[in-house]
Parts: sequence; structure tokens; C-alpha cells
Amino acid sequence: MSRHRRVLGVAGVFAATVALAGCGGASMLDPKGSEARHIAGAWWVMFGLAMFVYVVVAVFIVGAVLRGRRRRRPEGSGISDGAFVWVGGIIVPALILFVIAVVTVDTTAALRKPDRRALRVDVRGQDWWWEVRYPGTGIRTANELHLPVGRPIEVRLTSDNVIHSFWVPQIGGKVDVIPGQPNYFRFTIEKAGLYRGVCAEFCGVQHANMAFYVRAESPGLFDRWEAAHAQPPSEPADELAAQGALVFQRVACAGCHTVRGTQAVGTKGPDLTDVGSRHALAAGTLENSAASLRRWIADPQHYKPGALMPQVPLSGDDLTKIVAYLTSLK
Amino acid sequence: MATITRPEIVDDVLSDERLEEIWKDPPGFIGFLKTVDHKRIGIRYIYTAFVFFFASGLLALVMRLQLAGPNMGVLSPEAYNEFFTMHGTSMIFLFNTPVLAGFGNYLLPMQIGTRDMAFPRLNAFSYWVFVFAGIFLYASFLVGSPPNGGWFAYTPLTDRVYSAGQNLDFWGLAVVFIGISTTVGAVNFLVTTIKLRAPGMTLNRLPVFVWSMLVFSFMVVFSVPVVTTAAGLLELDRLFGTQFFVPALGGSTLLYQHLFWFWGHPEVYILFVPAQGMVSMIVPVFSRRALAGYVWVVASLVAIGFISFGVWVHHMFATGIPPLAISFFSAVGLVIAIPSGIQFFAWIATMWKGVVELTTPMLFALGFMLIFLLGGITGVMVSVLPFDWQVTDSYFVVAHFHYVLNGAVVFPIFGAVYYWMPKMIGRMLSERLGKASFWTMFVGFNLAFFPMHILGFLGMPRRVYTYQSGLGWDALNLLATIGAFVFAFGVLLSLVNFVWARWRGAPAPPNPWQADTLEWMTASPTPEYNFAQIPVVESRHPLWDQDPMPVSESGGDPETRALGREGAARKETPLTSGMRAEPAGAMTVPEPTYLPFVLALGIAVLVAGLLVQAVLIGVLGLVLGAVGLVRWTWRTAETP
Repeated sequence: MSRHRRVLGVAGVFAATVALAGCGGASMLDPKGSEARHIAGAWWVMFGLAMFVYVVVAVFIVGAVLRGRRRRRPEGSGISDGAFVWVGGIIVPALILFVIAVVTVDTTAALRKPDRRALRVDVRGQDWWWEVRYPGTGIRTANELHLPVGRPIEVRLTSDNVIHSFWVPQIGGKVDVIPGQPNYFRFTIEKAGLYRGVCAEFCGVQHANMAFYVRAESPGLFDRWEAAHAQPPSEPADELAAQGALVFQRVACAGCHTVRGTQAVGTKGPDLTDVGSRHALAAGTLENSAASLRRWIADPQHYKPGALMPQVPLSGDDLTKIVAYLTSLK
Repeated sequence: MATITRPEIVDDVLSDERLEEIWKDPPGFIGFLKTVDHKRIGIRYIYTAFVFFFASGLLALVMRLQLAGPNMGVLSPEAYNEFFTMHGTSMIFLFNTPVLAGFGNYLLPMQIGTRDMAFPRLNAFSYWVFVFAGIFLYASFLVGSPPNGGWFAYTPLTDRVYSAGQNLDFWGLAVVFIGISTTVGAVNFLVTTIKLRAPGMTLNRLPVFVWSMLVFSFMVVFSVPVVTTAAGLLELDRLFGTQFFVPALGGSTLLYQHLFWFWGHPEVYILFVPAQGMVSMIVPVFSRRALAGYVWVVASLVAIGFISFGVWVHHMFATGIPPLAISFFSAVGLVIAIPSGIQFFAWIATMWKGVVELTTPMLFALGFMLIFLLGGITGVMVSVLPFDWQVTDSYFVVAHFHYVLNGAVVFPIFGAVYYWMPKMIGRMLSERLGKASFWTMFVGFNLAFFPMHILGFLGMPRRVYTYQSGLGWDALNLLATIGAFVFAFGVLLSLVNFVWARWRGAPAPPNPWQADTLEWMTASPTPEYNFAQIPVVESRHPLWDQDPMPVSESGGDPETRALGREGAARKETPLTSGMRAEPAGAMTVPEPTYLPFVLALGIAVLVAGLLVQAVLIGVLGLVLGAVGLVRWTWRTAETP
């Protein structure tokens, strides 16, 4: 909190709103990654200059009006028009813009640099969810990236449909996900935590529900997660879940979804191999709980109208089994 | 040079009433269709544009209701996507650009002291194309498929695969269609300004608004054909199966973005330059002195015109273009702040040593300054490459461009309505209601759009039809919605004010504001022929420095025959030389005619034929257009 306090002192009401709201949400001014930190630094420099410019110019505007209101006839002497234009309109702005140009170059130079040791993650933008793969490990998941703190990371972004944009405000800026052109987002995460990201480029009817999460863990935890998930999940121990697995194979689910190590190998929808461990369902549309999973499967179009997942007719019993199965997939 | 006389000498035969007869349109609906009078067309442009302003404003209010809280059900996702697409598209294409063209149409010939535009029939044509394009675009609501791909319609979302319906065809064809209107309108402004200025109206004496329309027109001529190309290629992809923008088949989606923004960024300045020109007219009049730094202000407008063509990649910072290439555009984005800074301090200097009178137009000009100051500052910020990576496509950018396009363009337009409407309708608007409207709009505007900056910081992306609670966005969104309705109420007050003024307003004197430019020389409303005798300009502020205002007489030679009443009686207006505005000939103003309407209708039918892919309708449109066009050129050859 002490850093927040300092910020409040410097930046007044505006910053207070942003920073306080940032405690609850995901403010880009509460950075947890290298890129977001650099950009937040640049922002505070610009914010200071902006406050200065706004106040000075506004005082001049209001001052000029007040002076002008008192008078009966235009003034002949005093500050020349040329002085106003040269000092206020050219010299001072040029100096400020020069400072901003230096900040720009300086910040840009520090960001998105390739690093051969980087951990590579492949992310594909889908309609309307994110497919995540860890090359070389066989791990596939969706709408959630497990990433280690402190290690350089390279996210390779591709799309075979429309343009999306990958944005986690607390980690860094946006990178567009463009069909026919892989883009790379390179950064380091500086603090463990769960960070929300969104699709930032309008991509169709469910653009609004295309969120994802970054789960940043210590390198040790990350390595353990990676090792565990490189293997397909074990058979469900629970009886209900085991029955759910059979239902899942039998009805339409397996046609679109994959659960590694089973006969469900569909690729139209998100891989569900670890769906039970995820923070949210349907790309941030619902919280992840047995209850909301049940509601989601029963009527996806109610929560995400236009999404590509159809409503599959299921008996209440089958639904219960499937939910038990999916929640067991961690 | 024509002989100079004083205005009180009136020839009995060529009285004002007689001239009025000669210049008058046929009565009723026939006259409505046939008119080529730049004043009628200009006013009609303004009214039509405001109809679209209210329509797209209502769309925005419904969107704000949908976003007032998390998970609201006012609009379906499809409807929300259609609403924001139509809101953006019609605000840019059907309100902002045409309303400025409307003011230009009415004011530019008056301010340079001539009797009409250089191509009056072309002028009527560009109006008809504009109104048909607007009707065409809004007709999409009637058939239930309004455009839904966002106002910049990025491919491949907008290609046939991902947008199968007619929604995007309405958009693409409307953009191509209205591009015709804007481009021919700009050519008309250019030629009018260069060839039809009153004797003595040298470039150095042009009112700043005329300069701004000149810059506007040059920018339109060089940029609009590019967006026409983008939308045209998109339609070729959609209707005829070409692959310009289909990545899977070797097309390039980034090519579309380059083409779109090569127009899209200058477009911001296309709107903004005339708005600044309006402010530079209003501020000096209500400071009772000449604009400080006239040459600097004009140079700034011209500089903006040039620099704005180097900024388009600004909108594509996150597309993966290498940083070195992008840095250039980042730098240009910073540099363009300087000409705006110059204008700010020119206005400040003007008021600083002037006698400031806080009338409604002046309040709108001052409100513009305080809003544009913030929009300009955030504009500098978004040209900072890494910062833009964070805020692009977020609500920060939504806030920024509404500060610029709503605050810095719409506020001057409202100022212009209060300032020039008395000349156009011959009635004064209520100052009291005007000031109430201003303050309501100003407070509502900031309440609506300031919180959006913060929403951007909190990660809210643009174009989302809903959001989850618990993200810290709820209160700020509610505030924005309340602000939007307060703003709308302020707009409503101005509408009431206008309707009341038309009905019961006090008659306007010729020059209610004691202004300096030539449009205030004539009666209010302006007579059909504008100036019975063309004024002779000897100053940058003719009505302040030249009292009484000298006017010219027709001479016997071709160079000066159009200057006086005899010229007006022949429906002529003088041509002058490009630089020094010396009399150089006469131009005949054409009679009212159906031809522009027929040609525009032909194009409209052709466009409708393309939409429904019916060859017969398309051919019918082509034939209709060809008839209009052939007949048009034929008639021109007949005129002396």
C-alpha cells in the first residue's frame, strides 16, 4: 500500500480513483509485469507534464476571459501577440514534446526484446476463446496461461479466423492476433498472482466474453505444474465422475472437445483436460463452480448468445454425471 | 478594375425585388428538387446532418443504458454491435463531415463575396448523393441487417465468411457512395475559393474559416478516394469473390488497415480543421479585435493538413509492425501537437487584449478549448508507442476520441449554429436557453466521457456489449451513462431553442454580432442573389475597416460585366484571378434543374442493385445516371 500512498500524494483525485479501483480490478497502473511497469513509469511522467500543461493553459484561457471582460476597448500595449504564439504555442510545447519523445524511445527500447532462453507458449485466438499450447510438452489448455515469475516469456500469437488482440493490462500492452501473420509478445512477470486478460479487438458477436487468466507462479510451482500436466489425467476415481466420462464420450461433447488420454479428441471447442482447475468458464463468462458449469452446459446460449457451443439435450441425470466428471479434471 | 460607388445608388429597373425575381427558385416541391442555390443546399445539408446526429445520438443513449450496469439486458449482443457500428459510421460519414460541408456551402461563397459556388449543380448533386447514402445506410434497419463490423470494418471479420448477411454490404456500399459526395463537394470548394473571390479578397485577406475549408478540401481530395478504394475492394471481395483481404488465399488484412487509416487519420483532422476555423471566426468577434497571429493560425491549419497524412500507422501500433518503422509515426504524432498549440495561444492572445463578451457562441468556443485541451493532451499520449500498446482499443481511446470528435468538433458546430443561424433563418436564437444548453452539454459531456479514461486503465476494452461485475467498472459506467443523458438533455435544449426561434424568434438584423466578414453585409436571411453588387475588399476585416462598404458596378468589358446589378440580373457572378483576386471574367449561375437529382438517384438505384445483386436494377440505375450525366454535359455546352 505504501506505493499507492505515494502515488496518491503526487497525483491527486484522478490517480486516487485509478489506483483505488486498481486494488480491486486489474489496473495497468498496478503493474505486475516488466512491460506494464515500464509503461506505468512513462505514464506518470506524461501525467505530470499533462497536469502542468492543462493547468497552465486553462489558467491562461480563464485569465484571458476575465481580463477581457473588465475592459471597454481592446488593449494596444502589453504582451505582444507574437510572444504568446512563440512562447506558449511553439517553444514550451516543443520542449515538452522533446521530453516525451525521449521517454518514448527510452521505454520502447526496453520492451519486447527477443531472448533465446524464453519460455515459449503458443496462443491461438478462437471464436470466442483462447487456445493455449506449451510446445514440446503436449500440454494444451484454454483461456488460462500458467506462467513462471521471473523467467523471460515469449507468447506466439496466431489466428486462423478473424483478428483478436491479446491484452493483460497488469502485464503489458496489446499485441494483435492476426490471421496469416504470427505476432510475438515478449515480457517477464514480476509477481505471482492471477491476472485477467481480454480480447481487445472487436471480433464478432461474443467479443465481450473473450477473457482469459494468467496464473503466474514461482518457477518451482510452474515446473511442477508443467510436469504434472504433460501426462494425461488419470482415470476418474469417483464413481459418478467415471459415469460422466462415459456420457461425455457418448453424447455430442467429444465431437468438439478434447480430454487428453481419452477418445474425446474434438478440436472445435476448448480442450477440457484441466477444466476443473481453471478460474473461470466459457472465457470469463462464468465463475468456475459445479453449479455454474451445470447451468452453462444446460443452456450455453443463455450466457453467451451466439457462441458456437450448441445446447445439447441432456437428462438431468446425465448432466449431473458430466459435471462431476468435468470438475474432477484438474 | 471596376468603378467603385456607394450602395445607396439603386437602379430602378434592377431593384432588389427585380433581382429576387430573377434568382428565385420555382415554388414548392418542384423548387425543392431543382434548387442549385448554395444557401438552400447548405442549410439543407445542416438540417439533414442533424437528423443523422439525433439518430446516431439515440443509438448511443441506448448503448449507454445497456452499459449502465454489469450484465444488463437492454440490447442483445447482435443489436449492440449493430448500434455501435451505426453510431460511429453515421456520426463520421453522415453528421460530422456533411454538417461542416453544409456550413462551408452556406458561408464560403458569402465570406468571399460571390453569388454561388463554382459548380452549383455539382453542389446539388453532392447533397442528393449524401442524403441518398444516408437513407440507404439507415434502410438497413428496415430489413433487419444493419452493419455490425465496427465503423472501421476490419477484415476478415467483415468478409463473406464471417459476415454472411447484407449487413456489411450496406456499410461498404454506403461508404463508397458517400465518398462521391464528399469528394465532389471538396473539388467545388477548392475551385470556388480559388476562382470566385470578390475583387480585392486576396489570399492574405481570406477569413480563417475559408482557409480551413480550403485545407479541408485538399485533405478530402487526397484521402477520401483511398477509403473509397478500401471499401470498394472489400465489396469486390464480398460480392464478386476477389481475395484482396483474405489471408488464407494470399490477401492481406493489414493492407485493408493501411488503406482505411490512410484516410481515417486525416479524417479526424478533416473534421477538426473547419471546427478550428469556426472558433477562429467566433473568438475575435466576441473579443472585439482581430485574431492574433492570423498568419500563424493559417500556417498551422495548412501544416496540420500536411502532417496528418503521416500519422495513419498510429492506429496500428499493436499489429506487430517493427518498432523502428513505428517510431517514425510516433514522432509525427507528437509533432502535430505544435500547430494546435499555436492556435491555442493565438486565441488566448486574442482574448487577453480584447473585450470579451460571453455570448452563447463564445461559450461554446471556450468550452471547446477546455475540452480539446484534454483531448489534445491524451492525443499526444496515444502517439507514445508503448503507452498506446496499453490504451489502444480500450475505453481510454474511446474517451480520447470523443473528447476530440464530440468535444472539439461538435462544440464548435453548436457555437456555429448559434453564431450563423440568425443569418440563415433571419431569426435570433434565445441567449438564455443557449447558455443553459451550453452548460448542460458541458457538464454532461465531461461526466460522460471523463470516467472512460479511467475505465481504460482498468482494462475495459471498447466494443463490449456487457461486462462482469467485480472488475471496478460498475460505478464509472453508471456515471458515464448519467452524463450521456445530461449531455443529451443539453442538446435537446438547443433543439427547442432552434424550433422556437424559427417560429417566434426576434428578427435578426444584418449584423447582430458586429462581425467583420462579408456574410454580415447582407440582410438576414440572405437574399437569393447574395450581393446585388459585389463588394470591393480592401482589408482582412472589411466590415470593421471599410465603412461604408464599397461595392462595384458592372463595366462594359467581359472582366467586369458580372460585378454589379447588371451582372446579377444576368445571373452571373464574377471570376477573379487566383492570387490577387482581380476581376477576370464572368460565370453564369445555372438555372434550377432536376439533373443533379436524377444523376444521384441513378447512382442510388445502381447501389441498391449491387446490394441485392440484381443486374436489372443495376442496369436501370446506370441508364438513369447516364441520362442525367449526358443531359448535364449537353446543357453546359449550350450556355454562353
